[in-house]
Amino acid sequence: MAAVKETVDRVKAIDVDAYKYGFVTDIESEKAPKGLNEDIVRFISAKKNEPEWMTEWRLDAYRRWLTMDEPTWARVEYPKIDFQDLYYYAAPKSMAGPKSLDEVDPELLRTYEKLGIPLREQEILAGVQNSRVAVDAVFDSVSVATTFRAELAKAGVIFCPISEAVHSHPELVKKYLGSVVPVTDNYYATLNSAVFSDGSFVYIPPGVRCPMELSTYFRINERNTGQFERTLIIADAGSYVSYLEGCTAPQRDENQLHAAVVELIAHEDAEIKYSTVQNWFPGDAEGKGGIYNFVTKRGDCRGDRSKISWTQVETGSAITWKYPSCILRGDESRGEFYSIAISNGRQQVDSGTKMIHLGKNTTSRIISKGISAGRSNNTYRGQVSAHRKATGARNFTNCDSLLIGHDCGAHTVPYIESKNASAVFEHEATTSKISEDQLFYCTQRGLSEEEATALIVNGFVRDVLQQLPMEFAVEAQKLIAISLEGSVG
Amino acid sequence: MLEVKNLHVSVGGRKILDGLNLTVKDGEVAAIMGPNGTGKSTLSYVIAGREDYEVEEGEVLLDGVNILEMDATERANAGVFLAFQYPLEIPGVATMTFLKAALNAQARAKGQGELQTPEFMKKVREAAQKLGVAQDMLKRPLNVGFSGGEKKRMEILQMALLQPKIGILDETDSGLDIDALRIVADGVNALRAQDRSFLVITHYQRLLDYIKPDTVHVMARGKIARTGGPELALELEKSGYAAFTGEAA
Ligand SMILES: Nc1ncnc2c1ncn2[C@@H]1O[C@H](COP(=O)(O)OP(=O)(O)OP(=O)(O)O)[C@@H](O)[C@H]1O
Ligand SMILES: [Mg+2]
Repeated sequence: MAAVKETVDRVKAIDVDAYKYGFVTDIESEKAPKGLNEDIVRFISAKKNEPEWMTEWRLDAYRRWLTMDEPTWARVEYPKIDFQDLYYYAAPKSMAGPKSLDEVDPELLRTYEKLGIPLREQEILAGVQNSRVAVDAVFDSVSVATTFRAELAKAGVIFCPISEAVHSHPELVKKYLGSVVPVTDNYYATLNSAVFSDGSFVYIPPGVRCPMELSTYFRINERNTGQFERTLIIADAGSYVSYLEGCTAPQRDENQLHAAVVELIAHEDAEIKYSTVQNWFPGDAEGKGGIYNFVTKRGDCRGDRSKISWTQVETGSAITWKYPSCILRGDESRGEFYSIAISNGRQQVDSGTKMIHLGKNTTSRIISKGISAGRSNNTYRGQVSAHRKATGARNFTNCDSLLIGHDCGAHTVPYIESKNASAVFEHEATTSKISEDQLFYCTQRGLSEEEATALIVNGFVRDVLQQLPMEFAVEAQKLIAISLEGSVG
Repeated sequence: MLEVKNLHVSVGGRKILDGLNLTVKDGEVAAIMGPNGTGKSTLSYVIAGREDYEVEEGEVLLDGVNILEMDATERANAGVFLAFQYPLEIPGVATMTFLKAALNAQARAKGQGELQTPEFMKKVREAAQKLGVAQDMLKRPLNVGFSGGEKKRMEILQMALLQPKIGILDETDSGLDIDALRIVADGVNALRAQDRSFLVITHYQRLLDYIKPDTVHVMARGKIARTGGPELALELEKSGYAAFTGEAA
């Protein structure tokens, strides 16, 4: 077992330094006073110049949040969060809503360059023509730049910060906000509803195939700042959109809170593909610092034959509490969930999905690959349910865990509930280890142990990687190598 | 040149190699034969650097350098190749991807640039064709669902691509049909060179009809019990190992 042990030790040692996004950007920022009360909620709303209805919506959420308790059912442990000891709003000072990229603080642009996200459209255009991605970059609480807007507008696609959509498309926001994740859905979602700062808004008109990938990059920079993004994506009848989300944060001693809400609505014959590469700071070797990631993501397949597919690569965060779900309301609608969740060091991951079959002949597919290394804990929690009327519902679930070393844990918690006798749910699960013999075989061919581990892990997650858009798949592969080895990539 | 000097190895407290001496000169093909469980695979693993073996005494020199100080990766990059008796499966990793990773790793170790993809693909396809490895097998995950014979061919394909200094073949002939045996032997013969040597572990004379050894060693009780020319293999075929193990035939 010596080789594996050594690999594990090396991984442990390297882990933290490997977080190459751990820099802090030196930018003056404007913050709301610490703590949370109605005045703070009003402050946030005022900062964004919100209409009365929006302010009221937030206040209503805040009042409900006060009556709720933090959930404790997940297999994660952390000291009690003092919600009064956080900042709920931080904005780069120079940034009172930029109209064009030229108004964006050059320091911010450099930050995104460091992250490998070119925000300047010219630069993207100068690059590979066919890999264009429109980007909305969110820095702490504010969206700093959205690229390719003119071109998207030509196709009728709306892609802008949600704070802007509240003003420019209030009818859409009013109609859809909170329609998938109700204000009182859960503790963190309710908190988000009260204090959400910014995020992306997407509307694809009927019959339109969005001409490029849309992408949002979130970065937490400020100390002690909670980040509460809100994303709302609506695919109208017969439309298609592929949306990518990436996240990073600087390395900090103290934990930072991230509680986002993402709502997707797919109308008749529409399709939404939502991919995430999450690489928040995972904390150091002792488990100090890192992001608490409490996220509510839900898609509503509202129309017949609609389709929503979640693909996620989760490598970061100290704690992940996340269950991207699909409500299969329309007949023959389809939900998919492809997930790679890697935990190392002292990370705790409790993630999975819910597939709620309401319509007839609805189908869903869940492929989950959990990889645990170090002293981490990785839990898959999945729920598949069929309503009385969900005749012909079908689900296939495949849930594989890979263990590296002896100090980590992998758990699978599937809930299956069927109220319709014709529903067919299949569930497969495996747990395996990287064997000493496999490692020896690879090193005998000249690979280092790190390379061998990365290769074997990449093989393990291949089914899911194939679901990612090309640009992201390459990035994800590198991330996997980094989060496990530190030396590759 | 490979020199094994007074090698004592135990595993799990049990002594397997007991003062083994063996020299394989550059360009030489040496065959090792011996009863089951006598330590032939153990010897090949210890040379290749698998962990969990306790080397109590002795040296293994490759061109005068003691490779026992190196880890398996370093030994591979120094030119040690082991064709496994039981090749491992790597699920989800396409054979082509694996071959590229291995080739690039060794190129990097030698300070050479990585191969360009078209050049690499061409090289692999040619080598595969020679060994009768179907092109579509290169797309499948390495060794997963391969037949016993296919796995053995894949080992030789890897050896042909990696061009080692010393190739150790651990019962590569077992599981091969008659035609495959000839193809694989041709593959090995094509690799024979002035500065490359082979250690061929086998139970059967048949393989040695195709890969003509320069020397034949009989291994018994953790040592080389006798060394001779090709005629020694024929002799064993007739009389078995009784003379070496002290048991009646
Ligand atoms: N990890 C281990 N723990 C205990 N005994 C071991 C271990 N590995 C090998 N052995 C023993 O060492 C001895 C030599 O094994 P080895 O595989 O080297 O034999 P071999 O000569 O290659 O045999 P065969 O011709 O059957 O392939 C056997 O008795 C085997 O059971
Ligand atoms: Mg053997």
